[in-house]
Amino acid sequence: MSDFDLITIGAGPAGMSAARVAAEGGLRVLLLDEQARPGGQIYRNAGQTRDARAWLGAEYAAGARLVDALEHPGITARFGATVWRLDAGPRVVWSEGGASHSARAPHILLAGGAQERPVPFPGWTQPGVMTAGAAQILMKTAGMLPRDAVLAGSGPLLYLVAAQMIDAGAPPKALVETQTPRMMLRALPHLPKALFAARTLLKGLGLMARIRKAGVRRYTAATDLAADTETDGTIRFSFRSGGAQHSLTCALVLTHQGVIPSTHISRAAGIAHTWNAAQVAFKPVHDIWGATDRPGLYVAGDGAGIGGADAATAAGQLAALDILRSAGRISADARNQRAALPRATLFRARAIRPFLDAAYAPSAETLSPPDETIICRCEEITAGAVRQSVKEGAQGHRQIKTSLRVGMGACQGLMCDATVRGVLCDGKSACMGRIAPPRARTPIKPITLGELAALTNDCKETA
Amino acid sequence: MKIASRFQASPESGAVQFQYDGETLTAPAGIPLAAALLAHSGGFSRQTAGGHDRTAFCMMGVCFDCLVEVDGIPNTQACMTPVRGGMVVRRQIGLRRLKGGSDV
Repeated sequence: MSDFDLITIGAGPAGMSAARVAAEGGLRVLLLDEQARPGGQIYRNAGQTRDARAWLGAEYAAGARLVDALEHPGITARFGATVWRLDAGPRVVWSEGGASHSARAPHILLAGGAQERPVPFPGWTQPGVMTAGAAQILMKTAGMLPRDAVLAGSGPLLYLVAAQMIDAGAPPKALVETQTPRMMLRALPHLPKALFAARTLLKGLGLMARIRKAGVRRYTAATDLAADTETDGTIRFSFRSGGAQHSLTCALVLTHQGVIPSTHISRAAGIAHTWNAAQVAFKPVHDIWGATDRPGLYVAGDGAGIGGADAATAAGQLAALDILRSAGRISADARNQRAALPRATLFRARAIRPFLDAAYAPSAETLSPPDETIICRCEEITAGAVRQSVKEGAQGHRQIKTSLRVGMGACQGLMCDATVRGVLCDGKSACMGRIAPPRARTPIKPITLGELAALTNDCKETA
Repeated sequence: MKIASRFQASPESGAVQFQYDGETLTAPAGIPLAAALLAHSGGFSRQTAGGHDRTAFCMMGVCFDCLVEVDGIPNTQACMTPVRGGMVVRRQIGLRRLKGGSDV
């Protein structure tokens, strides 16, 4: 017997909107998220922050509405709940407060979102180098503002973080952008379609205007990124731009090269994946409702392909509608009718992606960094060591992993899979698409042996 | 050498106290432990098996560079752990042994 009708893994915009629609339709929903509070990363802490920290912007504050909508008798929400196994059946096993629990449901929605693409360069492992997303999380959860920071890399999030820092009175010291005029040229043919997302385009232009007005120094087409630490902790950040070598001293370097779907859980579940050349990442294969080739398993949000928060909210609603149909609560006609609005939202939100994907494509050295760069942070393995093992005959992720332990540390490859693929292919997208992602196995997040040992034949069924 | 925080301190109140390698720190209750450690110092909160400095990097549970010992439990992700009053937090130098502690 099932404990719930739907288990949603991830409480970001997709998971939250799906939970609400499903619960309103009469389903019993279990919502699991490994963070302490709902919101995902985009609306991180939005339920607590409310209108405080106005510099985070109105779009962030709007996330509180999705958080509030979780107050529904049909929704059981568990936070600090890290899913580490997904079984056919389907059954979900998660770790919470040092013990494992499990629950069954005929429908599971994977809404685990995205992670930032790793941005390896010499020195990126040192304290003082973080991701731009990490800085934003510190702003959202603790009101902490980066001090004397350089923003480096590419992508809309870089501009958003810069604008938020400016509005909060802590402007970045410089913006070091890796995108080239050629990338922008390649993006131009996608501009007409992007006009369907005119509001987002205007927002982006507004961000850039604020950055210009604040007088933040900008470098473009930057290459050869490297960071060094002085004994007092000061970071010396060097790079090439405009034919010259530059060196900036700062307290923080915040890097970003876009986001990629978190596919560990969907791969471990055995769902088919496909290479998205425009986004230079794998994503799970799914239909317009988010249904996958595995019975009962749905995907929605950035974990199904990068589209942003509005697209994720709409995709969550679409998945919930099809789950309601599958559960016999609504007819296919009713589902289709109610899908019109979220589909229109999804179309508009996605219209700008081809433009953004082309304009802010990851830099060549992000995909295939120089030899001395550590690419596996856990096991401290360099790009050069990977290239050497390939020369010695290692083929594919698996053999490289066996010979070097790349991807065998605590993060289980989350921080190096993308780079190993890039190094193997010299950064060429078509080649990367042919290299199957490494197997993702249970437990997909580390748990203690003690916790495993405490499991009886069947896991402790949760109430 | 004490390395200054790379962040401007939060003006927010609601402070609780916790121990960090014998030092008493204050932080707003409920913020991620990693945030409190970054507000305290710009230096390392962990050293790798190779002896290299690390601290929180992704703040969202992906990279595992913020691992610390919390109330005797090693390899705890500081970015996923809300600050509570009375916590005892220790930096991790090198890898953990099966029965706790390290070889260093």
